[in-house]
Amino acid sequence: MRNTAMNMVHKLAARDERVLYIGSDPGAGTLRAMSKEFPKRHLIEGISEAHIIGMSAGLAMEGFVPYVNTIATFLTRRCYEQVAVDLCLHNLPVRLIANGGGLVYAPLGPTHQAIEDIAIMRALPNMTVICPCDADEAARMMEQTLDWKGPIYIRLGKGGDAIVSKAEHGFEIGKAILMRPQGDVLMVTTGIMLQRALAAADLLAAQGIRAGILHMHTVKPFDTAALLQAIRGTRLVATLEEHVPSGGLGSAVAETLIDKLGSGFPAMLRLSLPDRFMHNYGSQDSLLKKHGLSASAIATSIEHALASSRTPSPQLHST
Amino acid sequence: MIQISPHAEAALTCTLDERSLYLRRLVLGSVRSAGRGHVGPALSLIEMVRVLYDDVLRIDPNSPRDPNRDRAILSKGHGCLALYALLADRGFFPLSELEGFCGPDSILGGHPEYGMVPGVEASTGALGHGLSIGVGLALAARMRERSYRTFVLLGDGEINEGSVWEAAMGAAKHGLDNLVAMIDYNKLQSYGPTDYVLPLEPLADKWRSFGFAVQELNGHDVGALRTVLKQVPAVPGKPTAIICHTVKGKGLPAAESNADWHHKNKLTDSELDAIRVAVGDF
Repeated sequence: MRNTAMNMVHKLAARDERVLYIGSDPGAGTLRAMSKEFPKRHLIEGISEAHIIGMSAGLAMEGFVPYVNTIATFLTRRCYEQVAVDLCLHNLPVRLIANGGGLVYAPLGPTHQAIEDIAIMRALPNMTVICPCDADEAARMMEQTLDWKGPIYIRLGKGGDAIVSKAEHGFEIGKAILMRPQGDVLMVTTGIMLQRALAAADLLAAQGIRAGILHMHTVKPFDTAALLQAIRGTRLVATLEEHVPSGGLGSAVAETLIDKLGSGFPAMLRLSLPDRFMHNYGSQDSLLKKHGLSASAIATSIEHALASSRTPSPQLHST
Repeated sequence: MIQISPHAEAALTCTLDERSLYLRRLVLGSVRSAGRGHVGPALSLIEMVRVLYDDVLRIDPNSPRDPNRDRAILSKGHGCLALYALLADRGFFPLSELEGFCGPDSILGGHPEYGMVPGVEASTGALGHGLSIGVGLALAARMRERSYRTFVLLGDGEINEGSVWEAAMGAAKHGLDNLVAMIDYNKLQSYGPTDYVLPLEPLADKWRSFGFAVQELNGHDVGALRTVLKQVPAVPGKPTAIICHTVKGKGLPAAESNADWHHKNKLTDSELDAIRVAVGDF
């Protein structure tokens, strides 16, 4: 996913002279081909994220579209005030490409694990937050970033994630994709939790439970209409996220249901990481498994939740 | 023992001409109307802003977004009263706006906002942002082969922020000789003396070692400011830093070098009388 997103920056740069790549101190050879073809638009500016965000704001004020790239935690925690003031307050078209969203950097410990990035980015006015699920979707997403007004936070996965998105799904910023039609439960996902939701849906189907999946690649702006449509006839809404419980996808779904419906909506199950830093290493997969976010654990949690919410919503249950 | 710069001594003793007094009347009129304002930080800054807007910047108040205009960013946004006075006086917006300072429907807030105030290039207030934005503007000029220059006004307390020094390294890396950092070195930040809060000296050496061509002057000396600012870049191929030795609260004896006047709420009758004596009726 990361290579695809990087290569897309090069491709966009070839098409549009406004496009810049700005890295802090990325891995050796990052976008080497672009650095050779467009040396003036391939900028490596050092481990100085606060400065890089401000500088990108200045470049965007002059009509450039900078794609700023470093590790997710450094692009969010380190320079939050610059992101808030220089990018969001001025509403400038700077794209933050965050490597290693969630637990991608599991072996490197809590300094490198972006577990609250969605919450803090989504809290900022004017910010758009996108979490593609695989490389193909990342490519379609990047095509849409060129002329989007305002800043975008792009949370990238590890790379090599199974390709589950399809060309016919298309990609429109702010438009969720219904991957499976609604059933007894609706799973709402973002990023690479989609793959796990698909696998969990298969496990549930084997138990006779119909599971819908709504892929919310854009967490902000939130596709309220798609959510309200997808919960019709559903007994349970389960949100899946590689993120702490506060402020992420589960919060966005809960806020939307409360704000738009107030009451009478399906039972809700929020599956997420716990509200604590991770002190285990291993791999992204092993940490997700440990915290109940493997496909089988997701399916089990949903089965239990369905069992304890036997009474369907009279207002929303389809007949 | 730190050597006191002769420019700092000159800043303390130099007199102000009628235009400088007039601009102070505008600033203090805003403070009187609003019942609040950062007085000291604005008064130390007035001559720096005055010379920029009167004599240096290639700008047209009737075309504030002209792509070829020079850019100026007040990175120490709390000094905005000085900027507002100059922008109003130069016709970017009516002088009458100054009376609405900080009012509910005013365009003029306690920190300047881009998009709200004609002539303001960037929203500032949070410190340590302006130089990085300036680096971006200056780099954009280089890439677009435009001749505009970028001037960034920084406070001395502001340069406590590490991001300023990140930006300084970036400016030097790119050899941005179309970028000028002007430091309002009034030696007094909110709590007290900069030497006490976080010592900056040797300040000129710091900027030099970060790759800037450095000039020092009395920041209330209009002639010296004109001379230096008209000769930027000081060294081709390098960004310029102009250390302007100033006096916080310059022009108001009660406020000069007095941290209590960093931010002032309601002015008392006796303070208003003292202001009239110092800068004239307003």
